[in-house]
Amino acid sequence: MAAGCWLLRFSFLGIIGNKELPEWAKRHLRYTVVAIMPGIIAPLVFMPRATGGVFDLPRFVAAAVTLAVGVWSRNLLIAIGAGAVMLYSMLNMGF
Amino acid sequence: MLSARHDFWKGFWGALPFCFVVGPYGMVFGVLAAESGLSIFTSIAFSLAVIAGAAQFTALSLMHDQAPTIVVIIVGLTVNLRMALYSATLATHLGKAPFWTRALVAYSILDHSFALSDAKYQNNPEMTLSQKLAFYFGATGLVGAIWVIGTGIGAWLGARVPDWLALDFAMPIAFIALVAPALRTVPQVAAAFTAAMLALVLAPVPYGLGLIIAAIVALLLGAELERRMEATA
Repeated sequence: MAAGCWLLRFSFLGIIGNKELPEWAKRHLRYTVVAIMPGIIAPLVFMPRATGGVFDLPRFVAAAVTLAVGVWSRNLLIAIGAGAVMLYSMLNMGF
Repeated sequence: MLSARHDFWKGFWGALPFCFVVGPYGMVFGVLAAESGLSIFTSIAFSLAVIAGAAQFTALSLMHDQAPTIVVIIVGLTVNLRMALYSATLATHLGKAPFWTRALVAYSILDHSFALSDAKYQNNPEMTLSQKLAFYFGATGLVGAIWVIGTGIGAWLGARVPDWLALDFAMPIAFIALVAPALRTVPQVAAAFTAAMLALVLAPVPYGLGLIIAAIVALLLGAELERRMEATA
């Protein structure tokens, strides 16, 4: 599994090497982050592992706050801080 | 070389916030690994060799369910298929590096180091290859080490980590905070929204394939929207 994971990561770095990619390919690759991360995040937010996949209000609100603050502030640390504060205060209030 | 060193530290400081989430996340993995009967040494070796959170969690739960080894390996790899996309993207920036450097880059691709570096390269196209590499290794080295150390601490603490810390949610929050500032244009928002919706709908699809499908559709949509908006602009 270690070897396989490395091969996956190396795949294109190794093959493409120093060849120049066509514009259409680069255009698609610019969207990798915004296409994959939300896909990883969404199930974790709506079906958290900690609750066995059951919707959890504090986690959902914390996620929404992080997103809103992140878009508004464009600052990673502020967004993480806001999300963490929201999560802990809601969990503490017994939601 | 002075400027490359400068870029290394820029990557390092840029990645520092992630230590506070990758550390706890690694600990969660360590705790689960301990509960599944892995020794501290095995857990650390696992993290060091595979260095991929999602794949490790999946593999661990399958091993817990006594799935055959070949299934564990195949599923773990499918969950990590996104790394191939990261690899393709990084190749456009770092493809000119020597073979062994690329091999090392490949080993240490992580979600956050990829996202940080990709954003950095897109905003600073004038960076030289050595500056890009320095930034990348600065961003990835620290967090990779923290992941492995976190695993060890988690495995050592075992069930002594209290539930109220809600460590499980450190990673989603960090990922949201990482993506949110990147949502600037209509195609980017559309791609992100599509990916999230599809991933939810396709969540029951086994082996993490739902995520791969969602990501590819979102990626195609984003790129196509961008092309059309450019055409009409």
